[in-house]
Amino acid sequence: MSPRRTETGGRIDRLRTIRFTFDGAPYTGHAGDTLASALLANGVTLFGRSFKYHRPRGLLAAGVEEPNALVTVLRGEVREPNIAATMVEIYDGLVAVSQNRTPSLAWDIGALNQLGGKILSAGFYYKTFMGPVVGPLKGTRFWMFCEHFIRRAAGLGKAGTAHDPARYERMNAFCDVLVVGSGPAGLMAAKAAADQGARVILADLEANFGGSANWSGETIDGMHAADWAQRAVGQLEGNDNVRLLPRTTVWGYYDGNTLAALERVTDHKEVAAKGEPRQRYWAIRAGTVVLATGSFERPLVFPGNDRPGVMLAHAAERYAVEYGVLPGQRIALFTNNDSAYRSAVALKKAGAAVVAIIDVRADVSNEMRRLASDAEAELLAGHAVVATEGGKALTGLKVQRFDATGGALSGDERSIHADSLLMSGGWSPTIHLASQVGAKAEWDPARQAFLPPKPTQRRPNQQWIGAGAFTGSFSTAEAIAEGRAAGLQAAGGAASSAPLPVVEAAPGDPDPAPVFEIKAKGKSFVDFQHDVTAEDVRLAHREGFVSVEHLKRYTTLGMATDQGKNSNVPGLAIMAEALGKPIPEVGTTRFRPPYTAVSIGSLAAERFGDLKPERLTPMHDWHLANGARMYSAGLWYRPMIYGLAGETVEQTYVREARATRDSAGIVDVSTLGKIAVQGPDAAEFLDRVYTNMFSTLAVGKARYGLMLREDGLAFDDGTTWRLGEQDFLMTTTTANAGKVMQHLEYFLDVIWPELKVTVTSVTDEWAGAAIGGPNARAILASCVTGTAVDNAILPFMGIVHGRIAGVPVMICRLSFSGEMAFEVYSGAGYGTRVWEALIEAGKPFGLVTYGLEALGTMRIEKGHVTGAEIDGRTTARDLHLDWMLSKKKPFIGSAMMDREGLIGSDRLELVGVIALDNRALNGGGHIVEELDEANPHDSLGHITACCYSPALGKYIALALVEGGKARHGTRAFVSDPLRNRFGPVEIVSNHFFDPDGSRMHG
Amino acid sequence: MLITCPYCGPRDVIEFTYQGDGNRERPQPASQNLDAWNAYVYDRLNPAGDHNEIWQHSGGCRAHLRVVRNTVTHEILSTAFARGGHKTEGRS
Ligand SMILES: [Zn+2]
Repeated sequence: MSPRRTETGGRIDRLRTIRFTFDGAPYTGHAGDTLASALLANGVTLFGRSFKYHRPRGLLAAGVEEPNALVTVLRGEVREPNIAATMVEIYDGLVAVSQNRTPSLAWDIGALNQLGGKILSAGFYYKTFMGPVVGPLKGTRFWMFCEHFIRRAAGLGKAGTAHDPARYERMNAFCDVLVVGSGPAGLMAAKAAADQGARVILADLEANFGGSANWSGETIDGMHAADWAQRAVGQLEGNDNVRLLPRTTVWGYYDGNTLAALERVTDHKEVAAKGEPRQRYWAIRAGTVVLATGSFERPLVFPGNDRPGVMLAHAAERYAVEYGVLPGQRIALFTNNDSAYRSAVALKKAGAAVVAIIDVRADVSNEMRRLASDAEAELLAGHAVVATEGGKALTGLKVQRFDATGGALSGDERSIHADSLLMSGGWSPTIHLASQVGAKAEWDPARQAFLPPKPTQRRPNQQWIGAGAFTGSFSTAEAIAEGRAAGLQAAGGAASSAPLPVVEAAPGDPDPAPVFEIKAKGKSFVDFQHDVTAEDVRLAHREGFVSVEHLKRYTTLGMATDQGKNSNVPGLAIMAEALGKPIPEVGTTRFRPPYTAVSIGSLAAERFGDLKPERLTPMHDWHLANGARMYSAGLWYRPMIYGLAGETVEQTYVREARATRDSAGIVDVSTLGKIAVQGPDAAEFLDRVYTNMFSTLAVGKARYGLMLREDGLAFDDGTTWRLGEQDFLMTTTTANAGKVMQHLEYFLDVIWPELKVTVTSVTDEWAGAAIGGPNARAILASCVTGTAVDNAILPFMGIVHGRIAGVPVMICRLSFSGEMAFEVYSGAGYGTRVWEALIEAGKPFGLVTYGLEALGTMRIEKGHVTGAEIDGRTTARDLHLDWMLSKKKPFIGSAMMDREGLIGSDRLELVGVIALDNRALNGGGHIVEELDEANPHDSLGHITACCYSPALGKYIALALVEGGKARHGTRAFVSDPLRNRFGPVEIVSNHFFDPDGSRMHG
Repeated sequence: MLITCPYCGPRDVIEFTYQGDGNRERPQPASQNLDAWNAYVYDRLNPAGDHNEIWQHSGGCRAHLRVVRNTVTHEILSTAFARGGHKTEGRS
């Protein structure tokens, strides 16, 4: 038997032993244990090292608010850091390690920081490292020197680098009533709403529903509260209109009553069941939200309050009642309110000796005095703890007389021998979700807590109702009444006068004494996770920080992974005292999502990896079967090269491009954006959209067009085919298809609704193949029926209709490669059939298939632009496309394109670049004037696209270079220090090859 | 945030694309008034409160909507087709 495990009690299954390791050492626990309860049962007191001073830390809490006991859980290669041990359910084979210690938890060299505690006070980083460089080791330069060491020492767990193989899921859910929290208030609300027929979701971040009923030791309707809760859950389970979500943290509350929740589906399992994701992200749209999120017990701030063995009172009660684990054998309690007396009685009942109850209040009620004597505890009213003793575990504490009104200590210190000190500094409602949607918390001087606003003060688009401790009603009887009322109201039901479940509970006044801190010598911690002391808060005040927001940033109070769940109110109270202002005037900060840490995997859910959408052209399978190496372009997959055995990428594209220019090549162009522009005003619309004229285009002809943005910069280019008087087929670049569509729709819908035009995306309706080269026409002639393809019938930019392999096709004679070339379009479903027929017809001519690399090579040789040059910064003039700017009509961008900054002679213009050292150039390499490899300076521009040109036998590139045309024929240097490339280049025209177009005109 | 499309009904904001300040006025196409063009292309109102915006139901019917939205509370006060007609009033 574990040293601290009780004989009976709790919801653990003592017959089931679970084996796990912590920091490499084997331990056992029981089914139902958390890592925290199992280690505590094994006598482990030291769980972690603190963030800044590396002080030994034990468990403070039993739930989600735990600031100290953060661990890293390892699953194979995957490591998940910074999980509270209190939220890890143990399973066979669990491997967990502690954090922030070197070399081990027990012997930590970083603990030396404690000796230099003064140096590491609030604002240490700002003061020491920011500002001017004075000496050799001051200011920013000193920071650069120290950063490496400090970053390694100050920090939490390390994130892993291994690929996370887990699967995550996203779920959309709709309900009439979402109940957050499943304590007595939440259970009553869910039941009441469900009985009204409402669709209800009940979510709780714990593994077991019931909340405080699981450990309060109270009686509801004559049975143990825990049993009552289980019965209530059982009743809900049977309802079709109720969805129960245990292990589900509602972490975000957004406008329109949209909530985000994270369900930990398999984190507690040794092996996930088939099909189960690791975690599930729930996007919940709720009619009304019932917030029954309970409250957090606050620590008291006194010297040594962070020593392992000092714990929140209710947490100890939970460990004893829920898990059958005693945090110590000789327990002392330190409180400013009544709730700790119930904890004392519970721990006594569970078998611990309660040696003393130290109460800051001199005036303790008779009821509490009775509870103290039930616990057989010495009551020290009007006393306070001023010190704790022990190293990695508590051995004792010192108390002194205390005046709760003035905070003065008096009399002799008295030592008390104890191995566990439980503290209660009052309770703070868990108002985070309400705060996220903008509810302004109000300070309640009686409860000494921020309470959510009353319903009347809420805004109309956040429909929530609070119940139970969330509203500051800390008794179970109130929680039950408020829960039922909230459930009925949320479901639209009438208030009920039926009798409520009867609660038998220990008495107690919910209002604590307004005492947050005992000022005595020694470090008194406010924020345990970020190591912020009461003195740090006062120091911030002395240095002039008066706003609570500034205080937070300067001291980092409440900014760790626990987001100040324990520390917020004590920190504010100490700040308020320093300022000499009441707490409500100091104000509180607004909570923001997420409530707890959320895995990035759950946010991405299915939208990556195997389940990322893919766009495949109709000929995709043919490409794969014929040796294509595919390249992902946006969501599309396109052949990059069709490599032969033993070829490099460069050898392949050079072969493909050369064969195309020698005979013929064919490429899949199905990915080009295609938009049907139709209607009586289609031609007029295109005249407005393109810089050049389309109304003058004859039916059966195509024209190359350029679009600008409203600001006058180049936007997209492509050919548009006039298929009928009112029927155009526009093509766009692959990358811009969506943007162009949206651009056209915007103008038709918002700017020119009077134009009778419809635009339809038909990209996926057509398969496209571009066939080019000296023999392209002969190949077409041998397989096309129903039309001739000679120069008379099919001139440059002409369109004909015919058939290939019996399939209707549309053929347009246009060229991107600079060769005599044709684009053959067919219905997408027949794409492969037409493609195969073209391949077959090309065999006698040595037709090659080519991919994106060869396509790019031939376009660079021709000096055509793509998205690399139309990069959102270039104008039509920069790209030498000013011949396309019509002077006869206004068009989108025409008014703005001649602005001063867009027509200067210092703009980057499109040029060609030839490597004079016969070495490859790189995209992104800079062009510089001076031969200064070590210190390249004064960039003239940069390379946008590069290749080896088989037509020129040289490495060439397109570039955007200052001065542009004026530099043709001059020499410069390419500088690419990241890739160690420096060398001489010649700047030439971007039209490297066949500049007069004789090849494509034939 | 929910936006009520006059065609499709209330839909999640994820289906929509923000298309900018709905108060901008495009000068006549042939206008040479550079100040007016400059204001149209670059100036945006940024009120803390009710704002007239253009949204496209890009993941639905693709209509452009004129949406009056409170930028502080994200309340949608009204939606209507940008080309006119079918106005949906009322806070949501
Ligand atoms: Zn719609």
